Amino acid sequence: GKNEYDLLIIGGGSGGLACAKEAAKFGRKVAVLDYVEPSPQGTKWGLGGTCVNVGCIPKKLMHQAALLGSAIKDAQHYGWNIAQPVHHTWSVMAQAVQNYVKSLNWGHRVQLQDKKVKYFNMKGSFSDPHTIRGLTKAGEETIVTAENIVIATGGRPKYPMHIAGALEYGITSDDLFWLKESPGKTPLVYYPFILHLYEIIVYISLTGSSPDVSLECAGFLTGIGLETTVMIRSIPLRGFDQQMASLVTEHMESYGTKFLKRCFPTKVEKSESNRLQVTWKNTDLRTEVTDSFDTVMWAVGRAPDTETLNLETVGVKTNSETGKIIVDASEATSVPHIYAVGDITEGRPELTPTAIAAGKLLAQRLFGQSSELMDYDNVPTTVFTPLEYGCVGLSEEAAVQCYGSDNIEVYHAYYKPLEFTVAERDAAQCYMKMVCLRERDQRILGLHFIGPNAGEVIQGFALGIKCGATYPQLMKTIGIHPTCAEEITKLHITKGSGLDATVTGC
Amino acid sequence: QEAAKYEKKVMVLDFVTPTPLGNSWGLGGTCVNVGCIPKKLMHQAALLGQALQDSRKFGWQFTEEVKHNWMTMAESVQNYIGSLNWGYRVALREKNVTYENAYGEFVGPHTVKATNKRGVEKLYTAERFLIATGERPRYLGIPGDKEYCISSDDLFSLPYCPGKTLVVGASYVALECAGFLAGLGLDVTVMVRSILLRGFDQDIANKIGEYMEEHGINFIRQFVPIKVEQIEKGTPGRLRVIAKSTKGNQIIEGEYNTVLLAIGRDACTRKIGLDKVGVKINEKTGKIPVNDEEQTNVPYIYAVGDILQDKLELTPLAIQTGRLLVQRLYAGATSKCDYVNVPTTVFTPLEYGACGYSEEAAVEKFGEKNIEVYHSHFWPLEWTVPSRDNNKCYAKIICNIQDNERVIGFHVLGPNAGEVTQGFAAAMKCGLTKEQLDSTIGIHPVCAEV
Repeated sequence: GKNEYDLLIIGGGSGGLACAKEAAKFGRKVAVLDYVEPSPQGTKWGLGGTCVNVGCIPKKLMHQAALLGSAIKDAQHYGWNIAQPVHHTWSVMAQAVQNYVKSLNWGHRVQLQDKKVKYFNMKGSFSDPHTIRGLTKAGEETIVTAENIVIATGGRPKYPMHIAGALEYGITSDDLFWLKESPGKTPLVYYPFILHLYEIIVYISLTGSSPDVSLECAGFLTGIGLETTVMIRSIPLRGFDQQMASLVTEHMESYGTKFLKRCFPTKVEKSESNRLQVTWKNTDLRTEVTDSFDTVMWAVGRAPDTETLNLETVGVKTNSETGKIIVDASEATSVPHIYAVGDITEGRPELTPTAIAAGKLLAQRLFGQSSELMDYDNVPTTVFTPLEYGCVGLSEEAAVQCYGSDNIEVYHAYYKPLEFTVAERDAAQCYMKMVCLRERDQRILGLHFIGPNAGEVIQGFALGIKCGATYPQLMKTIGIHPTCAEEITKLHITKGSGLDATVTGC
Repeated sequence: QEAAKYEKKVMVLDFVTPTPLGNSWGLGGTCVNVGCIPKKLMHQAALLGQALQDSRKFGWQFTEEVKHNWMTMAESVQNYIGSLNWGYRVALREKNVTYENAYGEFVGPHTVKATNKRGVEKLYTAERFLIATGERPRYLGIPGDKEYCISSDDLFSLPYCPGKTLVVGASYVALECAGFLAGLGLDVTVMVRSILLRGFDQDIANKIGEYMEEHGINFIRQFVPIKVEQIEKGTPGRLRVIAKSTKGNQIIEGEYNTVLLAIGRDACTRKIGLDKVGVKINEKTGKIPVNDEEQTNVPYIYAVGDILQDKLELTPLAIQTGRLLVQRLYAGATSKCDYVNVPTTVFTPLEYGACGYSEEAAVEKFGEKNIEVYHSHFWPLEWTVPSRDNNKCYAKIICNIQDNERVIGFHVLGPNAGEVTQGFAAAMKCGLTKEQLDSTIGIHPVCAEV
């Protein structure tokens, strides 16, 4: 028999929705299945996927709330008279953020309707390569058939199951953004598994890595006035340029976030006062410590959401280590007519814009006579910690590994944003560096920037790097004054020279 | 500073002729003292005022009434500028550049007379000269202008709050100042003779004006002041402004505490003895024409910065031009300053960053059929929660269809426009095409990804 739909997409997140809407433009019959399995704590949300509901969007808004807290302090230096005390109410912020997210859920529903894409709020699984079984919350079943199927189910936060009490008492980012009440004195556990150490380092530096929600959360929680502790077993921001990563965490420390380095938790229990008691071991000091907190949040990585898809039935191959779906350069899986995009795919950055672009291009190739493949090189990204870090291209370590330290030149500078001067803010970690090839044209391999509005700064330069920008070309670009970004066009001190890289004067 | 690197004997003469109201400042020029730096800091103060309002929607709580204290801000700004003046003095000293706080003018070939504040004169000779005297604000030439009006030269160090202000002019200086004064809570009116931001993309200029109007700034269009009278002395006092329509005989009157003139700037070239050494200037504008190596018609005399004819009046451009010139003179370099695709940003309440052609200029140069304009409104994520200004931010790029859809104009209207535009300017320098733009992944969620 004929398939009901030209395209069926399992997963209504960044990748899935972009693919669906693009395919609909070509007049195709498209359907999207989206379903949110509640978190262990019971949190769930609407259409839109991780980014909209429990990722980028609420994260940036709460980050903004924290930045505004700093703005209030700055404002007083600029002449604004604000009577103390100033305090923050979680529920006001949470409600505003949640309301906005809900409007986005609604917006997506309307868009799908406008574009005549059929939406099923159902959990999908494969019956055969062209048939999906959809199950509603109430247990009702619907069978849907399609010529082409795209898997875009994304990932969910992992729980450290070997720690007693982790599941009962801890929350993850899935829950944080939907809390109605303040998390109080929140400790965050950031805990990369030792077992996967080498794999993770290599994996991330090849593909550009995923942004670090855990440090971002710790950052804004501190910024809105909560006592926040981050426990790290080994290194933070694995896969990112390590010099930049340490500047980011240094700043967070001076900003007020506590760090428990080289520690790992062993158990979580409920105390008599109804708070949570966390016990951990310090690997350096060989001590065991217990302390109590209001909230424990796990940020130990994300796992691909493939378990209930029934992939084995249809033979879609996954990576045995990561569980992610293996795809080729055209997003095709091991089974014809079955594709995958977004966080679920092996070897791709876990970023919304790449998922969207991949989804769109896939639809264009399937239905629009295009043959353009997704380019995963030089994908810019930003970590929205209190002092933001934006980057594009290779880290210094990756460049050295790829080309050899004799063949690269690193230009760098410490600078002070003008706005920090009157505000009397410390700019010790405001830093930028450009990694270039040393040979003739000095092509730029990587650009790293820590400072306010890092995302805005890096975006345009990412374009330049896409065009093969060289150091001389950047030096010929006139700066815009006064901005932070202009300092990039003035980089001239090399690391090799050993000279003081602090920017002075106008 | 660049020349000193090459062990040349260098001297700098810097002198600030006081404003009509008696204001003066230290070493560093317009940018540092009465331009970019204080402007951006006061713009920041205004933005912080807006941030305070936004913060309530994000859960922050503090007293309802928040007022701004001009003196606190002006003092902080002036202290910072003072540190920059000092920094320059030290830098020159460390580099063995001789600095004299004296008014320089040519008196004969290779000879300059320097007159200091006390009237003491000295003569200096040099192998080469560089004129970089910049500009000063223009006055209207009407009764009361010099006595009662202030200019940007006075605003940033005003020792009292300007109060209800009339800004005369439609330049970026006028709009930026009007913008931050209103942001600090003052009652601001802008009197405009004809169009806003002449020379800039007019579509965007109008959007900027609209935004300012929606945010409480009054615009009086197609009028020019013809007289300013003092009603009452004070800090600030009260002034009466009489203005005439440009389209007929209508006369209007208004009362303000302060009148800020921002109608343009004039090059400081008329009284520095250029005639004594034969340097030709444009008689009408006072600007100095130079060749592509910044040389005037007199071979040993060069010029850089705001006084150059047909060049953009921007600090980074002046700096770059100056450096490259010296490298060519003393280090055997051949690089000339690249004046193509120089980016700029107007720091109005809704910031505007631009690089390359305006839409009008592109149409004129290439023909409407040969260009394609891509545009989009956008709503910064940070403005959603406080429900601010949906659909005011805007971005457009202009592409040359005949040249591989090369991006020849970039315009963005929104927060942090300067930070956004800088990288795009670098990309345009690399020959950015629409295809490359499309294939570059955006950073999410930021404004620049649009």
